[in-house]
Amino acid sequence: MQKLRENNALMGWLMVSPLASVLLVFLVAPIIMIVIVSFWRATEFSIIPAFVWENYEFLFGSPVTYTVFLNTFKYALITWIFTVLIGFTVAYYLAFHVRSLTWQIALFLLCTIPFWTSNIIRMISWIPFLGRNGIANSALISWGVIDEPVEWLLFSDFAVILAFVHLYTLFMVVPIFNTMMRIDKSLIEAARDAGANGVQILWNIIIPLTKPGIMIGTIFVVTLVMGDFITVRFMSGSQSANVGRLISNDIALLQYPSASATAIILLITVLMVIGILLRFVNIRKEL
Amino acid sequence: MTETTKKLSRRSVLKGATATAAFTAGSTLGAPMIWAQNIKDVTIRQFGTGVSNLNEVAQKVKEDLGFTLEMTALDTDSVTQRAATQPNSFDIADIEYFICKKVWAAGNLQAMDTTKLDNYDKIVGIFRNGKLTPDSEIAQGTAPHTVGFTTGQNGTEFVQEESGWMTLIPTIYNADTLGIRPDLINRPINNWSELLNPEFAGKASILDISSIGIMDMAMVVESMGEYTYPDKGNMTKEEIDLTIGIFTEAKKNGQFRAFWKSFDESVNLMASGEVVIQSMWSPAITAVKSQGIPCVYQPLEEGYRSWGGGLGISAALSGLELEAAYEYINWYLSGWVGGFLMRQGYYSAVPETSKAFMSENEWGYWFEGKEATDAITSPFGDALAGAGDVRDGGSFEERMGAVACWNSVMDENQYMVRKWNEFIAA
Repeated sequence: MQKLRENNALMGWLMVSPLASVLLVFLVAPIIMIVIVSFWRATEFSIIPAFVWENYEFLFGSPVTYTVFLNTFKYALITWIFTVLIGFTVAYYLAFHVRSLTWQIALFLLCTIPFWTSNIIRMISWIPFLGRNGIANSALISWGVIDEPVEWLLFSDFAVILAFVHLYTLFMVVPIFNTMMRIDKSLIEAARDAGANGVQILWNIIIPLTKPGIMIGTIFVVTLVMGDFITVRFMSGSQSANVGRLISNDIALLQYPSASATAIILLITVLMVIGILLRFVNIRKEL
Repeated sequence: MTETTKKLSRRSVLKGATATAAFTAGSTLGAPMIWAQNIKDVTIRQFGTGVSNLNEVAQKVKEDLGFTLEMTALDTDSVTQRAATQPNSFDIADIEYFICKKVWAAGNLQAMDTTKLDNYDKIVGIFRNGKLTPDSEIAQGTAPHTVGFTTGQNGTEFVQEESGWMTLIPTIYNADTLGIRPDLINRPINNWSELLNPEFAGKASILDISSIGIMDMAMVVESMGEYTYPDKGNMTKEEIDLTIGIFTEAKKNGQFRAFWKSFDESVNLMASGEVVIQSMWSPAITAVKSQGIPCVYQPLEEGYRSWGGGLGISAALSGLELEAAYEYINWYLSGWVGGFLMRQGYYSAVPETSKAFMSENEWGYWFEGKEATDAITSPFGDALAGAGDVRDGGSFEERMGAVACWNSVMDENQYMVRKWNEFIAA
């Protein structure tokens, strides 16, 4: 027993093993399984173990794949721009304008209230609001802003991005708020004493110090948007596609190998995106 | 231990007693009485599409037969998926015939002995030899009788004659067409081609279930005079390209407001006025009407696209559960469910037994295509029609006699599915 305790290496392994085994069983093993299945063949009602490249060949050979991946990036990028702008503003207000800690906490909790309901409900409730005869259109018509109902409000890319921004802004607010709260207030005072104006403080002090938070929020938003399928389906009225929908269509039609291949490519793409993002900011400083 | 002996004795009693008891007790109430006590513990798990998986049926089963029926309603694709990949998750599969064609080979279902079905002889011809009347023509696509019979209990091949082993017990079917909002269209609609009429740009919809959607597309393409298919239910790759090509172009021109995948989506699209013409299912029309919004299930010159569903028994079922499943199926065909479904606008596979569970007015309106003599209400109490109204499309013979094609699975299904994905992503 004494010897065991002295053996640091063994101790280290033992301590890490609970987490490692959980990750192994619930993360690594399923991904390996998906990789394996992506090389299998499928008929309409069964999947056949094999080692063929046809799923990947079809994926890279189809122009749809490129359109859909491009579309997915488009959604991710536009959603990211809006969530960063809104998320940063909200966090900035909470962290620097609200003075008392009680109010900061109270307002922060207020931001999370919508998240007590299912995100599907929050998304679907946009549909009657944005519809041809919905509240938005009838209000605009009664105010005389428009004569005819605006069609592009619902079942369009606009609706998809609106829902994404609505659903995921909080994932940006939380980490940014968190990093902002850790900024030493004396830095800002020193800057002000040295004659910096508000914009300079924002640009030279707050933004650089908030970068890790922005990056964590970015990772959340980008992965969530790139992996989503249900928002795109409902808000575009099934008229637009992203990679998630491609996968879900394949699964619905029992094409598991093809779905796996698409999932693997999506996984690699997302990892590459995150890899690139991490080159810019060292988020370990934050953790 | 006591449990096993009880089962053994009951089963041996059954073997001898079923035949005699079934005769003596009469056909509708027969066999369940024998083991009324044990069967209460049985739970039968059924899954299927929303159309027939209704809680009212489960309640009535509990009342009439004593055992518990658990229902799960899923969308068409999920139903296929579950029937093919999760054989242990269900006892009864409530699936469509074209799904049966797809999943039968997976071996998760067992065929049913028609001699154990009390009302087998009364099942309409469509499900037995394919003919509604002796001289009617069989429509294109996966006609139910072509996948309705197999060689034996564990048969894997479909046979074209009444072999005594049924793959699915037909329960429900209908003839589908386009649904329209007459108040927003204001002119007669007589052809499938109207779906792509630029007049309805941004106000049309089609369903996003490839195997059914492609058939609606084919009806439209044929109606436009673009092409006449040798068999809409089994297209070649070129035909698939042509069909989906026409619709992709329409989509790019903004013809469609949305696509729908589940029943309630189609109801919402129509009721909110987002869409004025779309592929639709009969109860969806009913649901729109019951909100007080005018909606017509428009009969069209080219005829209907039809579908049929039935109950299949899981291959894993045996013993008491299997007997309970047969009981349930016999009960299903004995009339109450048929009446319940027919009062929503579907047809029962054994219409004559359902007649007893419908009023003369209801039977006349729904089945015979007569003028309603009094208000017609759905089983849920919604008013659907008043005195003097006639059902869209008329009588059973007129509607089911004008079927142009059945929902189907093609040989080129995989190709079609990929093309369908391209259509959605276009």
